[in-house]
Formats: sequence, structure tokens, C-alpha cells
Amino acid sequence: MTLNLKPNIKGADDFYAELLALHEGRTKAQSDAINARLILLLANHIGDRAVLRDAMQQAMPADRG
Amino acid sequence: MSKIFETPLYPYARSKDQDALHPVRRPVVVIGAGPIGLGAAIDLAQQDVPVVVLDDNDKVSFGSRAICFAKRALEITDRLGCGDPLVDRGVVWNLGKVFFDDRQIYDFNLQPETGHKRPAFINLQQYYFEESLVQRVRDLQAEGKPIELRGGNKVSAIGQHDDHVTVEIDTPEGPYNLEADWLIACDGANSPTRRMLGLDFIGRVFEDNFLIADTIMQAEFPTERWFWFDPPFNRGQSALLHKQPDNVWRIDLQLGWDIDKEKEMKPENVIPRLKAMLGEDAKFELEWVSIYTFQCRRMEHFRHGHVLFAGDAAHQVSPFGARGANSGLQDTDNLCWKLKLVMDGLAPESLLDTYDTERVYGADENILNSSRSTDFITPKSDTSRIFRDAVLDLAEQHDFARPLVNSGRLSVPCTYDGSALNGPDCDGLPADLRPGSSARDAPVSDGWLLDQLGNRFQMLAINTDAPDDLSDGGIAIETLRFDQLSPEFARRYLGHAKQAVYLMRPDQHVVARWHAFDRDAVIAALKTATGRGQERSA
Repeated sequence: MTLNLKPNIKGADDFYAELLALHEGRTKAQSDAINARLILLLANHIGDRAVLRDAMQQAMPADRG
Repeated sequence: MSKIFETPLYPYARSKDQDALHPVRRPVVVIGAGPIGLGAAIDLAQQDVPVVVLDDNDKVSFGSRAICFAKRALEITDRLGCGDPLVDRGVVWNLGKVFFDDRQIYDFNLQPETGHKRPAFINLQQYYFEESLVQRVRDLQAEGKPIELRGGNKVSAIGQHDDHVTVEIDTPEGPYNLEADWLIACDGANSPTRRMLGLDFIGRVFEDNFLIADTIMQAEFPTERWFWFDPPFNRGQSALLHKQPDNVWRIDLQLGWDIDKEKEMKPENVIPRLKAMLGEDAKFELEWVSIYTFQCRRMEHFRHGHVLFAGDAAHQVSPFGARGANSGLQDTDNLCWKLKLVMDGLAPESLLDTYDTERVYGADENILNSSRSTDFITPKSDTSRIFRDAVLDLAEQHDFARPLVNSGRLSVPCTYDGSALNGPDCDGLPADLRPGSSARDAPVSDGWLLDQLGNRFQMLAINTDAPDDLSDGGIAIETLRFDQLSPEFARRYLGHAKQAVYLMRPDQHVVARWHAFDRDAVIAALKTATGRGQERSA
């Protein structure tokens, strides 16, 4: 399996709103904790180490050198 | 009554070597009478290799030392003839519990399967461990085995030569010199031998302090390993509680980096910390208090000509995972049979280079595991702490997060994957016992499999036959036949296969395995496992 970089979420705007709602009224520390738990939950669901490594690579800041 | 660590067990006594006109040549000299040095000496003496152990002290060690001895180390001491007193005296445990803040988040069993003679771990003070090994030395001496233990012998200089080593030794009665065909340095993390030879010891320093308190108390805690992340009694830090024999409890409290060590070690500061953990009314005495920091590092090579390094002298890890003494015992387990073959002229000296490659591989595995545990226990950035706490939060609710919790990856035997000594594998047999693995125990008709293994090359003919008379180049192979297998034996050695042939090393590691006996293949594997493989391909 490879990392899917095409649109894959039905109702993209709704998902995005849910993601933001998760953080509404939270302190920075609470939001950071939520994000970390979310990453771990999603990573476990994906499971495939190659896909996870690929996602980590994609998440890295683009090389502007 | 004086305690065992206050009693001189091997007081200085004059040796006739001190009165010789010229330095006496000894086949093997071991520096250091700790668990690893004594283990090496016992192993060699059992094989009739004359060995002298030098130690600047005359007592077993005291204080913040090893306490957790793993199954593999116990199996090695069984081969050395002193496993029973250790296990009889030790506190057996298999269960660990992990706490976060004020609550237990999960527990784990280190040995969920049946059919092993030895438990996953025992806790035993290092001084008792050493005492049993010293007793084994005395028993071997009574049998006439060539083993000497010289207390009050401090090595002051070492000279390396092409085919031997010279050792200058200080004693209460003045200095003398010895020559050794081979020198095994087991003189600990601050190894004077390493320093005298000017060898490096490179690695990573961890900026953290831990308070160790060995506490004598009557307590109701079960015999389990309890580990706390961020508990109310030690906010922002970790804590560990472990039972040892004689109602001694090992308490390990993380203190952080910027502390005043002298102040923190004072009883008026230690006792309130312990009361916060154990309760205001807890009654205890302190057997030992110290503060330690640690490093994860190793020597680049463990063999330097005729000098061989083992144990903490060669490699050092954090205590999380119990990978210090346990890995040191695997070092000399690996070394001694090779040294014996080389000394007997049955294998080339280059066989000893595989001690270096195999045990450097083992040390790197331990350093990796130990560093990762330490990074989990002491997050190095805000973000790593956020992830660490997220893992702990999730672990309370969900199984999936529990493998991510790392309070120490406890010592398991090293598998020498990719070693030049490994012979062929074959499909369809359990991966756990691939070439390079240490044997797994199982019940056999008259006891335990591991009690029958070791000290020579052996072939296990399982549900099949093989001849008795195999040998090559003066190295014999003993054949052991097994049928009527226990379920554990069948599962571990055959899996779904009907039969198998395993070739085993003298340290109980697998050389190679086949579905059926093939004389040429077994002899070729024996050559490979003894560093004589090039004869075949030349």
C-alpha cells in the first residue's frame, strides 16, 4: 500500500470543521495533547510502517534551500 | 552479625608466583571478580583451562548494583553449575505494573507461556549473586579444577605483545609480574585495563539523576515490578519499586538534572521523599542510598590482540531493562568456548574476532533499547513529553497503545542474526529458533532440555535419526535424540514440521538446522561455526 495523496474524505468541509471544533476553547497544552493522541490513534489504524514513514516524510517542511 | 558484603571471602594470600625468579606464564588471567569475571573463570575451569582471577578487593560488592537477573542469565549460570542457589534465594517475578499519575494503567506478564525451567526474572542483590559464584569457585577447587581467586591483587600495568600479555600486580606484600597467554578484562564500567591500554569508550551521556534507595521494610507490596510515570509523590519524574530478598526494596526515584547531589543524599531529604511514596507511617531502614547518572556507550572493539573485554568494561547501558549484568554474562558465554578451541589449536585465532562482532552486535541492541527507554522515561523536548503523555493516556483505555509504553525493555537473549558463524536455515521451522538464536527451554522426559545442552557441539535429532560418531578436525559433535515430544518442545523446535535436525554451539546457540540429517551439511556447518569455513570455499 502507498500513502493516498488524492482527495479521500467525503464532506471535506465538514471534516475540517470537526477537526477545528475539537480544539475550540482549549488551551495550547490541551490542544497539543489532543493532537498527539489523534496522531497515535490514526497511526495505529494505518499500521503499515511504509505508509507511516511516507506520511512523516510528506509532513516534513519542504526543502527551501 | 556481619553482612555477607562485609566478610572477606577471598582475602589476600601469598602466591608462589610472587616468589618466582621470572614472571610465571598463565594460560588465562581474568581481571575482576564481579559476576562477569567469576562467570568467565568458572566457565574456563569447568573445561580444564587453568585460570587466575585477580581482584584488588577481597569482598563481594555492595551498594547500588545489579538486582534483576533474567532467564537467559539464569540458564547460563545453570550451565556454570550454580543456577539453583541463585533461584532458591532470589525473588521470582513475572508481572510488571505501570502507573501514570495516581492510577494503574496496565500490567504485563513477561513469561506468559509454560514449559521453562527458569522464570523470566529473579531479583537478587549482586552480593548474593557473587557469593554463589565464589562458592562455585570453591567447589571447583575442591574437585581439583585449575581455578585461583587472588584478592588484594591490584593490576597496575599491562603490556601487550604479539602472543601474550604482561601484567604488573600490586599486593599488600609488594608488586609481582605475571604473563598471560590471554587476558580477560571484566573490571567494570571504569575499567582500569581499558584506561591503561588507552582505549576509547564512546557514547551518549544522559542528563538526569536518579536516587537509589535500598530500603529494609516489612511491606505488603506484591513481588512485582512497579513503575510510575509522573506520580503524585514524585511530580514530573518517574519512580520504580522492586522487591529483593531479606525484605530489601529497591526504590529508584528520578530527580532531574539540576540538583544538588550532596544535599539530595542527606537522610533528612531522602526520608521525606520515601515517606511521600510509602506513606507517613511507613517504617524502614536504609541499607544503601546513592545518586547515579548514566551513559550508554561501548568500546569500538572488545578484542585487542590477546586482551578481551567483557561486561561493563566493554559496554555500559542505563539500568532500565536490566541489560548490564545480564548482557555481561552473555559476553563470557559467547567467549569462553571460542577461547578454549583457539587455545587447544582446534580453531584459528580469528574465531575470537567473532566474539567481537557477535557481542558488539549484542551491545548495540542493548544500547538501542536502553536509550529508547530512557528517551521515553525522560522526554528530551516539550513535544516528546506531549507524545509520551498521550501514549500513557491512551494505554489506560486501549490495548493498542500499550506496546508503545517503554519503562524499560527487559533483557531477552540476543539472536546473532547475520553472524559469520551461522550455518544454513531451512523453511518451515519456527523463526524464534533460527540460526543465531539461543536455545529455548522445554520439558523433556527426564527434566529440562537446557540442562542437557551446552559445553560442546551437539546435534538434536528430533523425530528422526542421526549417527553418533561425528567429528571434524578434532571437534566432536554429540548427538541427542528426541521423540515423544512435550507439546512445548514440539511447538518451539518443530512448529508445523514433522522432524528436524539442529546443530547447537557450546553456548546453546543454534548454528544451523535441517529437515533431515545430511553428514556433509552438518560438517560444513561445524566448520563455519568454528571459524574454519574458509577451508571449504578455498
